[in-house]
Amino acid sequence: MIPASFDYHAPGSLPEALALLSKYGDEAKVLSGGQSLLPLLKLRLGQAGHLIDIGRIPGLEYVREDGGMLRIGGRTRESVLERSELVRSKYPILVDTAKVIADPLVRNMATVGGNLAHGDPGNDHPATMLALGALVVATGPKGERVISIDQFFLGLFRTALRSDEVLTEIRIPVPPARSGGAYVKLERKVGDYATAAAAAQVTLDAKGVFERVGLALTNVGPTPIKASDAEKFLVGKRPEVATLAEAAQRASRAASPSADRRGSVEYKRDMARVLSGRALKLAVERAGGR
Amino acid sequence: MAMHTIRVTVNGTAHDAQVESRLLLVHLLRDQLRLTGTHIGCDTTHCGACTVLLDGQPVKSCTVLAVQADGRQVSTVEGLEKDGKLHPLQEGFWEKHGLQCGYCTPGMMMTSCALLARNKTPSEGEIREAISGNLCRCTGYVNIVKAVQYAAERLR
Repeated sequence: MIPASFDYHAPGSLPEALALLSKYGDEAKVLSGGQSLLPLLKLRLGQAGHLIDIGRIPGLEYVREDGGMLRIGGRTRESVLERSELVRSKYPILVDTAKVIADPLVRNMATVGGNLAHGDPGNDHPATMLALGALVVATGPKGERVISIDQFFLGLFRTALRSDEVLTEIRIPVPPARSGGAYVKLERKVGDYATAAAAAQVTLDAKGVFERVGLALTNVGPTPIKASDAEKFLVGKRPEVATLAEAAQRASRAASPSADRRGSVEYKRDMARVLSGRALKLAVERAGGR
Repeated sequence: MAMHTIRVTVNGTAHDAQVESRLLLVHLLRDQLRLTGTHIGCDTTHCGACTVLLDGQPVKSCTVLAVQADGRQVSTVEGLEKDGKLHPLQEGFWEKHGLQCGYCTPGMMMTSCALLARNKTPSEGEIREAISGNLCRCTGYVNIVKAVQYAAERLR
């Protein structure tokens, strides 16, 4: 399959890329890893007059802690995230997530920023970033602005990113002691989008009581879904089996899946419950709780 | 129609080419450079038949633009054999009967090549994970894994 004709630009710096985006407006699309965009163009489900490839801009691929934040460069490839020693030792939820995105070949091209900016509710990083309370840095002609992840996903393939902006960084608050996170995905086979998936990030206090809970769902609605009711329910409680089960039940009520080849509405909602329960349990274990 | 002049080094040889923006890397390799060892399978980023190494990393060449490879190194299955001698991976696929129809084989070998470059002693699980983006529809994974293990041993 051949995409419809477009022009390709490979700016060598961020200001150059931003100038091209301003010049071409809605005609332009940012090409990061291209693992969602190119299939879309090949299938002619989407079209672009100009692709602005940010792949040759130095300094957009990094994973480091700095100023109380884990900073991930917007163009960081999934394979780089997944193999980062820092991430492997301190952020298991990110390893869980990266490892189930598409397949290892796709992850050598696909980027974390692209996974968020595409605005696909079937992508895996959105739920994880919601659970982690991440911040998204968008760089445009007037400089940087920081968007809370809660405000980032506006609808199906719609995000708060403007057409003249590039997603340049993701910031995740460094979790305090007694924190843990997990991402649990149900997929039919390697490379598939989630039938459903859940991300949980928790912090326990010295007595083992939930101090902070982030819980979010993948592919069970038009956007990634933050299970706010379940989060509020858990804060101040102990991670008892019945409590986690009630939270999982509440999370499933936040889901609004549609039926497709991956399952019926009822099945997906119930999987959202099961996976929320498992993600919470694993997050608690990783936080050092029971 | 947007045209670009690019230089791509394939298996150590630099090639200059005139390409359209939308030309896919796999078509540059197969149609312009006549390197037809890289197969097109699903053409939808699923099967991995078109896997080549881009600066040493295995990628699906049906989902990379030829212009994205400008100035970079590409390795294809044609580059495995050296001076008439098969690469240990090719030998392994032969010895262990790691193929039936052979369609997925070039992709399987390129992915395995990158795996063995970063991990000299992969476990069976690590091999299976590495090739999880390469589909074999003859269901011959058992022998493919044996072929990679054979090559790993020969390369140590």
